[in-house]
Amino acid sequence: MAEGELHIEHLHKAYGDHVVLDDINLVVQPGEVVVVIGPSGCGKSTMLRCINGLEQIQGGRILLDGEVVDGTSKDIASLRAKLGMVFQSYELFPHKTVLENVTLAPIVVQKRPKEEVEAEAMALLERVGLAERAKDFPRQLSGGQKQRVAIARALAMKPEILLLDEITAALDPEMVHEVLDVILGLVREGKTMIIVTHEMSFARAVADRIIFIDEGAIVEEAAPADFFDHPATERAQKFLRTFEYEK
Amino acid sequence: MAEYLPLYVQAFWLTLRIGVVGILGSILIGLIVAMVVHFKVPVLKQIAGAYVELFRNTPLLIQLFFMYFALPRIGVPITAEACGMLGLALLGGAYMAESFRSGLEAVETIQFESALALGMTRAQLMRHVVLPQAVTLSIQSFVANIIFLLKETSVFSAISLMDLMFVAKDLIGLYYKTTECLVLLVIFYLIMILPVSILGTYIERRLRHGSFGPAGA
Repeated sequence: MAEGELHIEHLHKAYGDHVVLDDINLVVQPGEVVVVIGPSGCGKSTMLRCINGLEQIQGGRILLDGEVVDGTSKDIASLRAKLGMVFQSYELFPHKTVLENVTLAPIVVQKRPKEEVEAEAMALLERVGLAERAKDFPRQLSGGQKQRVAIARALAMKPEILLLDEITAALDPEMVHEVLDVILGLVREGKTMIIVTHEMSFARAVADRIIFIDEGAIVEEAAPADFFDHPATERAQKFLRTFEYEK
Repeated sequence: MAEYLPLYVQAFWLTLRIGVVGILGSILIGLIVAMVVHFKVPVLKQIAGAYVELFRNTPLLIQLFFMYFALPRIGVPITAEACGMLGLALLGGAYMAESFRSGLEAVETIQFESALALGMTRAQLMRHVVLPQAVTLSIQSFVANIIFLLKETSVFSAISLMDLMFVAKDLIGLYYKTTECLVLLVIFYLIMILPVSILGTYIERRLRHGSFGPAGA
């Protein structure tokens, strides 16, 4: 298995009798951008949370670089360090400055020297356009700015794969763009990403592959142009129609 | 009145010393108990729960009597001063545990998750992410506990510690200068507790209105 390759095999996730994900199979190649879409509550966010072991799985397995990732793995912390995750609600650490938010995990988890990490963190903040806010606290930032810091924080760990969980869903419309621009830059660089989103035009622009999930199962898997122009399944067609308006 | 002052000053330092050591102990006990209860550690959780209820619901005076008179009987020699420190630490630990626990509960689960997602271990995320926030969130009851515990030091005279209360009662007994001695007692307690109170209010303000604090606050 290649470095940075993610395999999901027969993933089964349930809360008691309630099945959330059923027989999910997915391989993500290094450099690939996979966009996961589907109706609310279809299980797409849960899938991301299973991938980095935040949720226990009831069946199947998830492999990163050939190592099993799930809540029970002994080495789950070091595997998680290879999987950057950005949450819908940013979840910056409110008691740390913007810079400290970005440097905390590299210093504490990777035990790297502070000066080196800070220099890198400043470069990352520069890149998301927030270098001048390094000394500020998260509460002084807007939602879009917070989310850009959260992306920088995830990148500081140099993850092999970035997991983005509806990262623009909590933002005001005018802030969505500034966040997606940052992601677009990462796409151009060839960063491996799994993106859960409701931004259809963004999905179409950045995806190498679209995964459409409904009721806990992968219903359709296709190149973006095919998926958006000629959805093969009736459920995908119905889902895409909800984004259209006619007078 | 001036001739009493050295006695008061001496008692003041004794009271303060027992108070400070006892409070530091109570913070340590409180943090451990709060984590045991919050993370539902089997067996220890029940013990911690029983400890909190026992010490919160019985008077310090009685706890001190038990330790001072009962411990030597079962072969644990303990000085009055150590007894005072231990008693304050155990009483305070139960109160501190409750305020830290409420602080821990106020830190949102997803903060744990975002720290986990960055590859942190449980110990790392507690130390760097959760505890600093929990302490910030519980600062109000934390300061109230410190003030309460400093005031509780006034029962130490019951186990023959020459604390402020002991000196005041002694002098009243000797010279019948009741008013003067009590006024001095009040003044010395104010000297001890007012700075804590003022500092506490200042820190609370800083945390609530300053540059940092809980998200969305």
